[in-house]
Amino acid sequence: MLNEVIQTIPQVLIDGLALGTVYAVIALGYTMVYGILELINFAHGEIFMTGAFIGTALLIFMTGTGWGSALPAIVMLIIVLIVTAFLTGFLGMGIERLAYRPLRNAPRLIPLITAIGISFLLQDIVRFIAELTKGNYIVTGPSLFTEQVLIKTSSISSIFNDASIKTSFIIVLVTAVVMMVALDIFVNRTRWGMAMRAVAQDRETASLMTVNVNKVISITFFVGSALGGATGVLFAVQYGTIDPYIGFILGLKAFTAAVLGGIGNIRGAMIGGLLLGVLEMFASANLTLLTGGVFGAEYKDVFAFAILIIVLLFKPEGLLGKPVTEKV
Amino acid sequence: MLQLVNVESYYGGIHALKGIDVSVEKGEIVTLIGSNGAGKSTTLKSISGLVKVKTGNILYNGTEISNKPTHETTLLGIAHVPEGRRIFSKLSVKENLLMGAFSVKNKNVIDERMEKVFHFFPKLKDRIEQKGGTMSGGEQQMLAIGRALMMKPDLLMLDEPSMGLAPIIVEQIFEIIKELNQEGITILLVEQNAYQALQIAHRGYVIQTGKIKLQGNGHDLITNEEVREAYLA
Repeated sequence: MLNEVIQTIPQVLIDGLALGTVYAVIALGYTMVYGILELINFAHGEIFMTGAFIGTALLIFMTGTGWGSALPAIVMLIIVLIVTAFLTGFLGMGIERLAYRPLRNAPRLIPLITAIGISFLLQDIVRFIAELTKGNYIVTGPSLFTEQVLIKTSSISSIFNDASIKTSFIIVLVTAVVMMVALDIFVNRTRWGMAMRAVAQDRETASLMTVNVNKVISITFFVGSALGGATGVLFAVQYGTIDPYIGFILGLKAFTAAVLGGIGNIRGAMIGGLLLGVLEMFASANLTLLTGGVFGAEYKDVFAFAILIIVLLFKPEGLLGKPVTEKV
Repeated sequence: MLQLVNVESYYGGIHALKGIDVSVEKGEIVTLIGSNGAGKSTTLKSISGLVKVKTGNILYNGTEISNKPTHETTLLGIAHVPEGRRIFSKLSVKENLLMGAFSVKNKNVIDERMEKVFHFFPKLKDRIEQKGGTMSGGEQQMLAIGRALMMKPDLLMLDEPSMGLAPIIVEQIFEIIKELNQEGITILLVEQNAYQALQIAHRGYVIQTGKIKLQGNGHDLITNEEVREAYLA
């Protein structure tokens, strides 16, 4: 049995990383907003979903026009990623301005409920527009990067099976890694990134340092939402078909990944996302085998979340989180 | 330089300031003394905009600054070192200082100011890469003042800089406050340690339950019977 599990590992890792990077980048949006406002922005999953739709719409539009299809697919994708990132970035910023800022000093539960409300609103707006223009809210984008590449992992050692990957996987992986590295540099090496960390720690004192706190919060929402929206595009490219409800489960898992890594911790969110993705794919590939057929692959979430609970039991602050010390 | 005219503020539902009149002239050290909850910190917070002013006026160099957002007030050259130091404990000492100079984009100016801060607080230079939270209370207070100096303020407001520090460190801090004043920085000092504060202050105000009870120059207050009984006993 062990041999069979080991054989699947290359494929599990590849699929797990593809899913994991998606979780990781979305988890960043949750963790950044939580770090700065202690708000769980449940609408973030829907920003991701909106990004997937905007991206798909742009891709359909561009492949439909002559000059769009003349471009190499990769250039087209980069344009779509950037445009979508800006649009969803402004969407996230607008949501904060209109829905969360007026509630900044309200009890914490109130903006949380508002966030859930925004989620439903975005789902239905996207569904409405999709049905109006396409006649169906389930949309399939143009297939790009569908060539399969076979990686001969069996040549490393005969205990592994070969793994196959879609070209789109490489694009998802590279783009997601670029986004994460860029964010890490932004937060740790730039002036506004430093201001963001300062505001996350102590809003009042940051304002005493001539920092416009509202501006920093707007930037945080912009960056988080831009990354989330761009990931939506990657998701659409990788998995093809999207609907207005993909943001819910994916957002929930990305949020889980953020908690797993230590909410508020940016590198934690990255690690949490990758880990959750790999765990989920591992369960999906091996659950039937491991349980002797009692549980099928569809129980993968139970497995992944059981691991999560075990980790949090022993390390409640998350993998990279630091235990909270109360401010005196 | 700074005038508070009949200022009333609420702090978390409490009527903390009930009509305060305070003025600070350029080049002075002015101290606000009083017991816990008298409204000392609220006065500073009202000036810097952290607490909303209900009625009254706050004039800085003749312009109305009450209810200006904090980041704009501080841009005018008013630095506020908050009670309890409030350094960014997860940021390095260097980043804390850089935060103080957030409005400055010219790197040379920043370096120059940082050297100046190290001149007053040489210890900070040794700890430049350390996280702010790992330092002792005295060092944190020095960092908090250093961070405020990075703004190159005209008016420096200090909220209980001696709180929780060993007497010898308090001595040092007050010495540095005097030096800063001699360099031309106007100082508004809030203290519970009335004796120390009145010794270095040109003038002082005694604040009690949101109102100014007494005012006078430092020497007069230190010898005043009422003050001696209430705050120096």
